[in-house]
Amino acid sequence: MEVNPHNSMAHGAHADEHAHGHSHDHHGHDHDHDHEDNFWSKYIFSTDHKMIAKQYLNVAIFMGFLAMFMSLIFRMQLAWPDAKLPFLEDVIGKWGKDGKLDPGFYLALVTIHGTIMVFFVLTAGLSGTFSNLLIPLQLGARDMASGFLNALSFWFFALSSIIMLFSLGIETGPASGGWTVYPPLSALPQAIPGSGLGMTLWLVSMVFFIASSLLGSINYISTIINLRTKGMAMTRMPLTIWAFFITAILGVLSFPVLLAAALLLVFDRSFGTSFYLSDIFIDGAPLDHAGGSPILYQHLFWFLGHPEVYIVLLPALGLASEVISVNSRKPIFGYKAMIGSMLVIAFLSFIVWGHHMFVTGMNPFLGSVFVFTTLLVAIPSAVKVFNYITTLWRGNIQFTPQMLFGIGLVSTFITGGLTGIILGDSALDINVHDTYFVVAHFHIVMGSSAIFGMFAGVYHWFPKMYGRLMNKKLGFIHFWLTIIGLYGTFFPMHFLGLAGVPRRYYANTAYDGFANLININHVVTVFAIIGGLAQFIFLFNFYYSIKNGKKSSQNPWKSNTLEWTTPIEHLHGNWPGAIPEVHRWPYDYGKPGAKEDFICQTVPFSETPESNTPHDH
Amino acid sequence: MAAEATLAHENSSSNPWGGGKSPFGISWGKMMMWFFLVSDAFTFSSLIIAYGAFRHRLTHIWPTANDVFTHFPFVHGHLPLAYVGLMTFILIMSSVTMVLAVDAGHRRDNKSVAVWMGLTIIGGFMFLGSQAWEWYNFISGTPDGALKMPTGEIYRFPENAPSLHAKGIHAPDWALISPDHKVIEDKAEIARIKAVAQPIHGANLVDNEYGHPLFADFFFFITGFHGFHVFSGVVINIIIFFNVLSGVYSRRGHYEQIEKTGLYWHFVDLVWVFVFTFFYLV
Repeated sequence: MEVNPHNSMAHGAHADEHAHGHSHDHHGHDHDHDHEDNFWSKYIFSTDHKMIAKQYLNVAIFMGFLAMFMSLIFRMQLAWPDAKLPFLEDVIGKWGKDGKLDPGFYLALVTIHGTIMVFFVLTAGLSGTFSNLLIPLQLGARDMASGFLNALSFWFFALSSIIMLFSLGIETGPASGGWTVYPPLSALPQAIPGSGLGMTLWLVSMVFFIASSLLGSINYISTIINLRTKGMAMTRMPLTIWAFFITAILGVLSFPVLLAAALLLVFDRSFGTSFYLSDIFIDGAPLDHAGGSPILYQHLFWFLGHPEVYIVLLPALGLASEVISVNSRKPIFGYKAMIGSMLVIAFLSFIVWGHHMFVTGMNPFLGSVFVFTTLLVAIPSAVKVFNYITTLWRGNIQFTPQMLFGIGLVSTFITGGLTGIILGDSALDINVHDTYFVVAHFHIVMGSSAIFGMFAGVYHWFPKMYGRLMNKKLGFIHFWLTIIGLYGTFFPMHFLGLAGVPRRYYANTAYDGFANLININHVVTVFAIIGGLAQFIFLFNFYYSIKNGKKSSQNPWKSNTLEWTTPIEHLHGNWPGAIPEVHRWPYDYGKPGAKEDFICQTVPFSETPESNTPHDH
Repeated sequence: MAAEATLAHENSSSNPWGGGKSPFGISWGKMMMWFFLVSDAFTFSSLIIAYGAFRHRLTHIWPTANDVFTHFPFVHGHLPLAYVGLMTFILIMSSVTMVLAVDAGHRRDNKSVAVWMGLTIIGGFMFLGSQAWEWYNFISGTPDGALKMPTGEIYRFPENAPSLHAKGIHAPDWALISPDHKVIEDKAEIARIKAVAQPIHGANLVDNEYGHPLFADFFFFITGFHGFHVFSGVVINIIIFFNVLSGVYSRRGHYEQIEKTGLYWHFVDLVWVFVFTFFYLV
């Protein structure tokens, strides 16, 4: 099953190419084999993209479990608001005194759960892991454009994570104003305990996070534009790379606006300005700050916030494209339509932010413009969904765990996308705004789809990362428990939302209208616990397989892409000899007439006369 | 070998995006700088758009720049916008010297690179010093200050409103200028205002004797953020300057580092043109 007999052909040309392509950069590609790595330079301060990818993944797994654990605590509170949960005091100390969750800390939990999941797991964890791992490997580059900036990007991310974790342990508790940290709640330290030091640390953490994101993104973009191997035209790139490319562009254009929002908030909090503050009375006395507007913050935040949804989602869609195509043993349906729809989604994501603000007193005409642009997103999204389904159609489907997660992504993307049509329409949105309907919608369409894409990616590229396979049976159990837990958790939430139950409330039992809904909360919480426990199967499978998994062959999934032409054992610079040259697109699976059901990108058309079509040349 | 070269030529050389080379013919380092600048441009744009939105909403009570920035060193009297014009000129000249440094780098003329980089650094310091002086005057304010009502409105004295004078509106010395730039000559109303208002002096992030505090908030934040960029640029320029002196780039054989820094420097200059336009001119 060795894939790559064609490398030698490219040797002569490649020595040239390499010297030429790198004439300006004098960082270490060429003397990579000269020195022995010690523990620190190999595992900790590595500049190798594969190690940095693993660093991101491991931090993301840790952060993800922490955030999931938080969600289980507040889910139990919502289901059994009157019960005493004695273990709470053991795990969260004074916030769970006598087994009762502190109401202020409930808000802190939902805030930090959202922050960690959106930014630390699904933004940095997903892009950081797979952009780093796959961009150089699938493009035929020895490393990222700048290994140093790449490492710096990770370390900013690590610092940002540490600050966020540190904020959990302080006296007044972490930020508690919701993951969107709207002012004035977040701007006035005297408003709630969580708006004190915890909020300051949240903002400091995010500033480092934005720096990390920026360094990562400009590195991904430059690498993709400049360092593709010979023959790797833009239209021969795997869809994973297209997704990472567009994601990075979104990051470069949207995170700076969050930076502006965060810095202005820092000034309002700490230096007496009034950008976001006006007409506020505290204990009956008017606040000195006046003249600003909290709506400004919402505009700035959601100008980032909506592209952020696609920063989270696009890499998952890209990973799923690859996984679904490989495991259907069929070319991805509509390769160029996939690229086009991602570009359209990316463009639209910048002109829909107002749909998060329908109830801010926005001019209804402006609202209807945002309705229009928002509903347009359905078109490219539907193109993608139909392309996935038509790729699966009559495929020779390999039911590997990654394939199940890939199909699961398609499922959640459809389910959540449908409720998106309701929320994108201002007339309908007003009825369910800020209720559990919204919570259900974005957890399914964005949270679940993205994490399913991430799981698909982990199962698929685990052999590339660690040289071993994850256990398939445990993967199946993980998938089925996860998707059952997921739909069991988020599907009933729609009904809570339709009944008008608001988000972020500590308990709903105080309201007569919601008293008969407690059963739904029981169901939701039980399924959440099932889904949560299922993740420990993944955790065990992941860390057990690193050491004890079945050894992988060089190309375990019979893929066409370049990462499987590198040796199993990692080496700095990826390919021991010359970089392979690319002669075809990455999706020649099950090509009629071909000897095998896959043809690696490195195989020239001249060697496959039996399967060439009139378009191949 | 010849056949292979031809093949390679057909495959990729004809298509700049075909792989194996940079489609724009630039290094990744320069490309990263461009994308960083795009990102930074979005930060500045969002700040300036936020400023514009508030200013539009508060047009009738927005302070007039011609009343605020009237100082010139060693000169008494009102010289609106003269000094900021000078400092803008200095910054633009430092962009010119940067262009000349890049050009000298293309000619591999190490000595000229050093000279022009040195002048660019001096220009940067002069701009930062001017900025500090501008802030100093804005912060210390006028000798008499202004009156702030408990509800926040600012009433100014006519001598501090030269822009009204320039428009041909003459207010008596004892009058007050209302937040929406009207002359109040009703003595009873003036007495009522003076009875409850507090005197304030100068501008800071909380108060602004020239009018609405958001004017000062945005001025300090945006010029400060820009000044931070200029300061970073000067620090980078100094590092480059010493690298030039010690021959790092002549040994390296190219002066691309100067070009990358130059991109940043021109960007910072360009941002200032917008800041200057939106805060001072319009």
